[in-house]
Amino acid sequence: MTEHDENSAGWRSPKRVVGTPSPAESRYTLGQAEPPSPKTPVIEGVEPRDEGKGAERVVALCFLITFLAGIAFIVFYVMFQVGTIEKAQISNLALGGTLALALLALATGVTVWVRAIMPKYHLVQERHPLVSDEATRDEVGSTFLQGAAESGIPKRRLLRRTLLLAVAPLGLLPLVLLKDLGPLPGTVLRHTVWGKKTKEGKERRLIIEGTGNPIRAANFNSPGGILSVVPEGYEHDLNELAKSTLILIKFRPEELKAGTNKNWTVDGIVAYSKICTHVGCPTALYEQTTHHILCPCHQSTFDATDGARVIFGPAARPLPQLPLGLDAEGYLVAKGDFPVPPGPSFWERGDAEAEVRAKGGHA
Amino acid sequence: MSEPKQTVPKPIAGVSGYIDDRIGAGNFLKRNLRKIFPDHWSFLLGEIALYSFIVILLSGTFLTFFFKPSMAHTVYEGSYAPLRGIGMSEAYKSTLEISFDVRGGLLMRQIHHWAALLFVAGMMVHMLRVFFTGAFRKPREINWIIGVLLLTLALAAGLTGYSLPDDLLSGAGLRITEGVLISLPLVGSYATFLLFGGEYPGFDVIPRFYTLHVLLIPGIILALITAHMILMWVQKHTQMPGKGRTEKNVVGAPFYPAFMAKAGAYFLFTFGVLAGLGTFAQINPVWLFGPYNPADISAGSQPDFYMGFLEGSLRLMPAWEINIGSYTLPLSVIIPALVPMGIIMTGLALWPFLEQWVTGDKREHHVCDRPRNAPVRTSVGFAGITFYGVLWLLGSNDELSVAFDVSLFATTWFGRIAVIVGPIIAFLISYRICIGLQRKDADVLGHGVESGVIKRLPHGEFVEIHVPAREDVAAHLRGKKEIPSLEAPVDERGIPAPGVRGLIGKVRLTLNRAFRADDIPLEEGHGHEEEHKAIGAGSGHKADH
Repeated sequence: MTEHDENSAGWRSPKRVVGTPSPAESRYTLGQAEPPSPKTPVIEGVEPRDEGKGAERVVALCFLITFLAGIAFIVFYVMFQVGTIEKAQISNLALGGTLALALLALATGVTVWVRAIMPKYHLVQERHPLVSDEATRDEVGSTFLQGAAESGIPKRRLLRRTLLLAVAPLGLLPLVLLKDLGPLPGTVLRHTVWGKKTKEGKERRLIIEGTGNPIRAANFNSPGGILSVVPEGYEHDLNELAKSTLILIKFRPEELKAGTNKNWTVDGIVAYSKICTHVGCPTALYEQTTHHILCPCHQSTFDATDGARVIFGPAARPLPQLPLGLDAEGYLVAKGDFPVPPGPSFWERGDAEAEVRAKGGHA
Repeated sequence: MSEPKQTVPKPIAGVSGYIDDRIGAGNFLKRNLRKIFPDHWSFLLGEIALYSFIVILLSGTFLTFFFKPSMAHTVYEGSYAPLRGIGMSEAYKSTLEISFDVRGGLLMRQIHHWAALLFVAGMMVHMLRVFFTGAFRKPREINWIIGVLLLTLALAAGLTGYSLPDDLLSGAGLRITEGVLISLPLVGSYATFLLFGGEYPGFDVIPRFYTLHVLLIPGIILALITAHMILMWVQKHTQMPGKGRTEKNVVGAPFYPAFMAKAGAYFLFTFGVLAGLGTFAQINPVWLFGPYNPADISAGSQPDFYMGFLEGSLRLMPAWEINIGSYTLPLSVIIPALVPMGIIMTGLALWPFLEQWVTGDKREHHVCDRPRNAPVRTSVGFAGITFYGVLWLLGSNDELSVAFDVSLFATTWFGRIAVIVGPIIAFLISYRICIGLQRKDADVLGHGVESGVIKRLPHGEFVEIHVPAREDVAAHLRGKKEIPSLEAPVDERGIPAPGVRGLIGKVRLTLNRAFRADDIPLEEGHGHEEEHKAIGAGSGHKADH
């Protein structure tokens, strides 16, 4: 009759019965099974389980596993040192495996304990209304009024008003204090280091990211290639890299369209800002055949042959082009700053492209 | 009781007596030791989130002992050979050291990350359970609001924690955060300069995020969780409808010993599973990504799953940007960053009040609705899930395009349409399903369940005997409550009740009608031993089963 015990008062089983009764339970929906001989419950709603030892042994086994796994964890901690990838991996497996085993075995043991040894409960507890009764409410109300009257707040207008006056600036203090978290933006977002001469007063060279070498135009002659470029002297300045990094692409002259300013190219070499005009990810992907620059974050796509204008995705503006030139030794240098602020849009940016065009420039 | 009165063992009696003498704990325990907790699998979902949070606190505390929240430049000379001699921040370096030079460090890092994911996921499914069963209704609206706040804070905790290792992947996330912040009208660039201490990325953001991540946000979360638990305890848990369960009682197992032990075991299960994941399922292997550099990125960059819907909305948005005078409004960033989150979070926070306004239902509810019995609410829920789901899925539009060999253009356009059409379709489908399920319930009560017994009639026809549903099944179905009507009878001069007057009143009345439309009444059976055709043309009432 234990099978019946599991099914009769159980809450979970009926759901299967509704509509499509499972064969195992259909007998009970028919109501033909004999009711079980009631095991004299001590308290109503508390149905004791078997007195047998079986479940207890299972629980004990689980607890024993936890004990052993716990000991093993300590042993493994001492045994397996770290310091290389392989060692860290082995230590991770040993420690994590024993920890997981210890926790899961203990959890299983307690669960078996609850479900097979502790009684089955079907206790009923009354809910009491959450609302307090009318008399209590009234009393609280009158107490509140009495206390307020005693404090003098309702009557003494001067007191009340000066108190409000007193706390108002106090509330502002934390906000004022936050001001020194950072400087004001000013116009720094509009300019990059490309627009400044080097300390020696020379034009700033383009440096290959990673190698730190300047670029000789004659040596960069693989059409279809793309190069990540940083400003000379700022190779490791993350703040500068976050807005000044370039991509350098070489085209055959006939491939370039009107969007690209050819006066700013050297031998078909074009430099665009690498910082996406959407939210600032580096537009690091380049498709040679279509000349598409792609931002891996949100898939904004730019046409590199046509002034990096947007052809797809959420970016609203082209990647700004940097005026390129050569110095006396034949290295690529910046002839000036980007005509418009590079990187993501911001409130004070305005239509910088239109402003440049209005002045007869190229943006 | 027939047994002789037993006494509490001395050590326990001594300690508890000591405490009772001082704080009078006896009265509290007398009332609460046998507090009843109702049972249903779905009530366990919130516990997953709770226990994950405990695991997060434990593993996170361990990590703080070794992590250095500094963006100072340093050169790595540690155990991980591929990065030796590379310049990086102290934060990234110490993360590598935790991974390779601290015993159990990698384990704790991975457990911490997995627990964070499970924390958010647990909260989400718990919230869906509460939503679909109407457990947010009076008197639990405050706890619902606390829950919405907790979910928001969990996202903030995730965002700040994710950025701390300062690896290339998390840096991409930070850059997007900056791009979004700077796009805000009026305050954007000021807010960015304050947060980052100047231009992005600066040297301040990681120590600042660290303080937010290990102190401020978890502190508030802990306080809100405590309030959440206290309210749940005071108001007592809701229960599913069923035999002997009413609005005025709780049926289940007592806190001591059964629920206590079950909850303890469940915590251990959660911890055990997280330990298993931390051991066998690699997560966020920051050493593979390299240190952060704003000039670099890897393809296929993805945030943690709970940020996916924001990523998706950024990816789907068309390139709108408008200039007003000399100011720029980058709608292609502001809209996706604020609108979906605004719709979801504000919608969640307001829903209990909206529903109460529409139904005019001011009663206390302690017995849960079955989702089918509130078709509009359930369908709105599924519409919301679809909206969120499309955004989430399209957060990996590049991966989808690669996996299914579809052009990125097509995938993105599919997403742009699906995010609007999908929720509508989901609403309609789930509405029909709810109605169908209601009909089925009405059927079970009205005609009984198939017994599986086939009877042959004298004239040769075969019929299946239907019997009344089991008592507890029937009680479960009868738990359905009618949605109250606002259709108050007009008074003698034909003036409608105050609540439904005017334009807003009419909207309210229309919504109320929509809420109640297609409510299938439950009718008790016409005779108990119903018989239905077992074979034949299938014209029988239950022939579709």
